[in-house]
Amino acid sequence: MVNKKPKLAVFKMSSCDGCQLSLLDAEDELLDVLAGVDMAYFPEASSRMMHGPYDIGLVEGSITTPRNVEEIRQIRKECKALIAIGACATAGGIQALRNWKDTREFTKIVYASPEYISTLDRSMPISAFVHVDYELRGCPINKYQLIEVLNAFLNRRKPNIPSYSVCIDCKLKGNVCVMVAHNQMCLGPVTHSGCNALCPSYNRGCFGCYGPMDSPNTSTLASQFRQMGYGKFDIMNIFRNYNCYAEAFRKESEANEK
Amino acid sequence: MKNKTIKVDYLARVEGEGALYLKIKNDEVADVQLQIFEPPRFFEAFLRGRPYYEAPDITARICGICPVAYQMSAVHAMENAFGAVIPNEIRELRRLLYCGEWIESHTLHLYMLHAPDFLGYDDVVHMAKDHPEVVKKALRLKKIGNDIMNMVGGREIHPINVKVGGFYKVPTRNELMKMYDDICWARDAAIDTAKFAASLEFPEFFQDYECVSVVHPDEYPFNEGRIMSTKGIDISPEQYDFHFREEHVEHSHALHSRIRERDNYLVGPIARYNLNYDKLTPLCKEIASEIGLGKEVYNPFKSIVVRGIETLYSCEEALRIIDSYRMPDSPSVEIEPSEATGYACTEAPRGMIYHRYRVNSEGLIEDAKIVPPTSQNQKTIESDLRNFLPTVINLTEKEMVWKCEQAVRNYDPCISCATHFLTLHIERE
Repeated sequence: MVNKKPKLAVFKMSSCDGCQLSLLDAEDELLDVLAGVDMAYFPEASSRMMHGPYDIGLVEGSITTPRNVEEIRQIRKECKALIAIGACATAGGIQALRNWKDTREFTKIVYASPEYISTLDRSMPISAFVHVDYELRGCPINKYQLIEVLNAFLNRRKPNIPSYSVCIDCKLKGNVCVMVAHNQMCLGPVTHSGCNALCPSYNRGCFGCYGPMDSPNTSTLASQFRQMGYGKFDIMNIFRNYNCYAEAFRKESEANEK
Repeated sequence: MKNKTIKVDYLARVEGEGALYLKIKNDEVADVQLQIFEPPRFFEAFLRGRPYYEAPDITARICGICPVAYQMSAVHAMENAFGAVIPNEIRELRRLLYCGEWIESHTLHLYMLHAPDFLGYDDVVHMAKDHPEVVKKALRLKKIGNDIMNMVGGREIHPINVKVGGFYKVPTRNELMKMYDDICWARDAAIDTAKFAASLEFPEFFQDYECVSVVHPDEYPFNEGRIMSTKGIDISPEQYDFHFREEHVEHSHALHSRIRERDNYLVGPIARYNLNYDKLTPLCKEIASEIGLGKEVYNPFKSIVVRGIETLYSCEEALRIIDSYRMPDSPSVEIEPSEATGYACTEAPRGMIYHRYRVNSEGLIEDAKIVPPTSQNQKTIESDLRNFLPTVINLTEKEMVWKCEQAVRNYDPCISCATHFLTLHIERE
């Protein structure tokens, strides 16, 4: 067992490639990380594509086509541990905005040759189709958190990823609160930690890249936004973007729909 | 060989999902298809009804490899619509952000995705075993590109600091100066990179491309300028749709672009270089001459060398911007949205990208059109393959496939970008 390196596979569904790029963006750690595993399947980085089974599978992207559904079922069979990375894989991503569209309306939009395309009417997270062993949040994910998760799975321990809100990180950084000081909408109080309160550090309200934290109080935050003078459309929009189909954000956006 | 059908089901070392289909009949090329099966994500459809100011953040999500290209094109198109005038200090910071993306993206492609083709490795990890110093230098160079994006944009993938009108927060001179020594190192590493790329072996293969890129009177192009071609196009971005059109073909989820009055064309490093050589710095020209690149390049396999020169340009340009940096009085200018249509073309690392938005009086997007570089190059990639295949037809199948994949990777194709905008056809489960 000690002689055999664990086999790592990286898969892609419907996505922008950014989350798997996070691994290649970990320039200081990349060679060490990849020296610890057998990079058995990672088409974006290597021509060598080994067959499964794999010890760890990372999957980015959401399920949007019949082909994706077949692929993810096969991938699940081949991976001992399956880790969904990023907002697309964990919540359906920005492309889940289609989930509110009237599909009949879409089919009416004239396209040169729509018969060439096949797609599902919803963009769904990986967990809607198969069991997922861990979900790493973010649009994009935090590369250091990805390394931590890989490290944890390789060493059979629980990943050390805090599940509190962005607001906590922001307070720890000593940022001025953009809601209080600048009257900006900020999802920091309900968004999962992971970015180190990036947007408030740049004088801008959080827009929820990491999705809802555990038990978020979105309705109180929405009523705070209303008191600050924002209308329903603004509130619906801020909850309806990169993690729009994560349950808490979906419900709050729908509560503010006309 | 006579009759043969070759399928590469999943192209490696490109961004996104594509396949290659080659058909040979009586030792002649019968069909070539770059098949793109990346699922469509319909960005143009769901941008409708969103506020204008969300365009830079939403369109960034089209591509994790070149989000800055989408953000820059979106903000320029919106500012074009509303007639906003951007102060030079903000303009310079935008160029600096683009420098970061070019350095990062070019280095990623050159060393990690393309060099393994030339040197016969499956990937950079295997290459690192034989060439550890080359790979370590590549990773540091790439990291410096990412550092620039982090500093100016907040993070390297999907930066958060770009807005219509400018930035949310601008760096101080001291913050930028902290990167200065690293970028000086990067400039030297980029010289080595161009020399390394030029030392690779290239097939003798030349194509008579119509090169298309943004051209600016004073600068090597990033953000602004006219659209020009080597065969006479000279237009503003507003006129793009009159000269270029897109076709939907069965084997691809990305639309194929062509020049209306002619045919396929080339965007990307070679096209930019051929149209903008005189705007390069003296050092870039000196190194280009030293490595024998010439003022024009028509061998697509040499795109890797041009990427090296453009990486050097980006480092020098970043140093120039930091040297002369004055912090803007305000991070952004006020934007007054109005009912209008805006257009912009900027230069993504892979080539020119076009954005067009129609916005209503409430500032909501009514219509969006985005043409990424890879869909513009798709027809040219296929044409290259059709012409290149006969030169390798006598090799073993394995070698032939290797060479053809390499020819596709000359374009650094970003398939995730190319496939985002198809209108929906529903198939219910």
